[in-house]
Amino acid sequence: MQPDMVSKVKQHPKYRELLAKRTVFSWILTFIMCAIYYGFILLVAFRKDVLKTPIADNSIITVGIPLGVLVILSAFILTGIYTWRANGTFDELTREIKKDVQ
Amino acid sequence: MRNLTLFGILTTLLLSASVVIGAGVDLGQVQKQEVNLSAIMMFLLFVSGTLGITYWAAQRTKTAKDFYTAGGGITGFQNGLAIAGDYMSAASFLGISGLVYGSGYDGLIFSIGWLVGWPVILFMVAEQLRNLGKYTFADVASYRLGQTPIRSMAACGSLVTVLLYLIAQMVGAGQLIQLLFGLEYWIAVVLVGVLMILYVTFGGMLATTWVQIIKAILLLVGATFMAFMVLKEVGFSFEALFTKAVAIHKKHDAIMGPGGLVTDPLSAISLGLGLMFGTAGLPHILMRFFTVSDAKEARKSVFYATGFIGYFYILTFIIGFGAILLVSTNPAYFSDFVAGKLKGGGNMPAIHLAHAVGGDIFLGFISAVAFATILAVVSGLTLAGASAVSHDLYANVFRRGRVDEAQEMRVSKMATIALGILAIILGIQFEKQNVAFMVYLAFTVAASANFPVLFLSIYWSKLTTRGAFIGGFIGLITALGLVIVGPTVWEDTLGFAKGSAPFQYKFPAIFSMTAGFISIWFFSITDSSARAKEDIAGFEAQDIRCQTGIGADGAVDH
Repeated sequence: MQPDMVSKVKQHPKYRELLAKRTVFSWILTFIMCAIYYGFILLVAFRKDVLKTPIADNSIITVGIPLGVLVILSAFILTGIYTWRANGTFDELTREIKKDVQ
Repeated sequence: MRNLTLFGILTTLLLSASVVIGAGVDLGQVQKQEVNLSAIMMFLLFVSGTLGITYWAAQRTKTAKDFYTAGGGITGFQNGLAIAGDYMSAASFLGISGLVYGSGYDGLIFSIGWLVGWPVILFMVAEQLRNLGKYTFADVASYRLGQTPIRSMAACGSLVTVLLYLIAQMVGAGQLIQLLFGLEYWIAVVLVGVLMILYVTFGGMLATTWVQIIKAILLLVGATFMAFMVLKEVGFSFEALFTKAVAIHKKHDAIMGPGGLVTDPLSAISLGLGLMFGTAGLPHILMRFFTVSDAKEARKSVFYATGFIGYFYILTFIIGFGAILLVSTNPAYFSDFVAGKLKGGGNMPAIHLAHAVGGDIFLGFISAVAFATILAVVSGLTLAGASAVSHDLYANVFRRGRVDEAQEMRVSKMATIALGILAIILGIQFEKQNVAFMVYLAFTVAASANFPVLFLSIYWSKLTTRGAFIGGFIGLITALGLVIVGPTVWEDTLGFAKGSAPFQYKFPAIFSMTAGFISIWFFSITDSSARAKEDIAGFEAQDIRCQTGIGADGAVDH
């Protein structure tokens, strides 16, 4: 990449906007995923009894089962949210930057 | 010429298969022979279909880009299926359903760990890889750093990961095929090795990807059918499924919650770290992001892959519980019913369940799918290993980038054949060894060497060549060392006394990842060489390409 291109992109206001938005967004989503997963793992390690509680008085199904399925679903939903926003907002910003500098 | 070779090989395969069918008669068990026949027919169908695809792909594989990345023309949806295919190995299908069958809920804990790495890959490395790299993840790691040391380091990390994973798959393949098809162990291993060499050398990434896609669809369809039949059996009531399972299983209601899989919190977190970040360091997975045209398709790949893999793990959970109902109550599936010894061992519940819900034909189908799964996974692994040799070591380290494409492709094909032969030899060598730990070891190495170097090269401007080189190797050596002196290898494999292992944790990722990251940091900040200044100065241009894809577009034909 040419040095003048580097400084052109760097000074583009949309580039700073893209950088700020995406960095914050990916870190927030990563944090949420880690919180959900390690939260679950800590329950497995420390509070097995919580996971073993039945979901209702007359039910054999324990809290752990829907919770585990929810962790799986949350991974899918989080990737969906990121893909949707990145393919929309972030790609739009990138397109505008490219149009201006090239 | 190529046409003739393929034809010749196909004929040989068909001939050897007819020998096998003939040999099956000697077993003397009428039922088993029938089972073998339908399994072999379905498998032959799969093999001839995929060899046809390989022939088609060979016509289209002309340049190095075609060979390594299928020309960059795979769509996000196709790539998502292929990634899911790479990930849903026979080990995870049979292993996780077997774990659910044996311990219930613990199987779910494990499968969740395998899944949660995907969102992190998407948020942190997927589109960055697409924007910065060409063929291998070393392209990204060495983008602004010294080519020779970083590519050598990344190639070592890749090859160690690939070989460990390959050994586990080859041994699994040999044992599974021996059981399902009645073939000799070594014949099974050679068969897998030869087919894999064919797919990869002739069809490159295009054939490997389509083999993976077809197998992923077959596996998802087969598993869906099994889960459906299990639920039909209990009137589509989970309450009924779990009630019956608890009544039948010898551990009773203990299967409804976490058991002995993870005992102390440190092991739990360490296991989680290894699984989560190991995925983001597996070379055959990372390579898949170069097969799509742009960042948008790269993101879609992960979204679809996460969906397919998550769905698959939910199915294996139902299948495991289904096996408790339908397999554990039927003496026909046991070699010793009283002692609870399943025919073929603890990984077999899903296979027996296939017979219980769909008879011989469906058992044949699932057996063939399990074999196909192994073939597809080893092909992806071999291609990743071969690219590390040809693209990183040969073209960029040995020839310093002064090499023409045809030459590089020739080397990658030779590397494929060499890796294939090595996989066959190792597969036979390790026949009697317990190789279950090798997949986790591969993940630990990937998380401790490949991932830190890749991640910091993308995000940390002060990373230097020296830091990445030394730190990457420290991560690699720590991961290998701690697993070897840990209980799994020291006590279970090497046979030293219980409790004698110098390192008492089964899952060392938390230590080896820390060692990798800290040493990369330390050897970077203390580096004041001229090279270090160049490395740091290069970050700005790299980051702009990484964030916007400007400059990357040229790498892909539209």
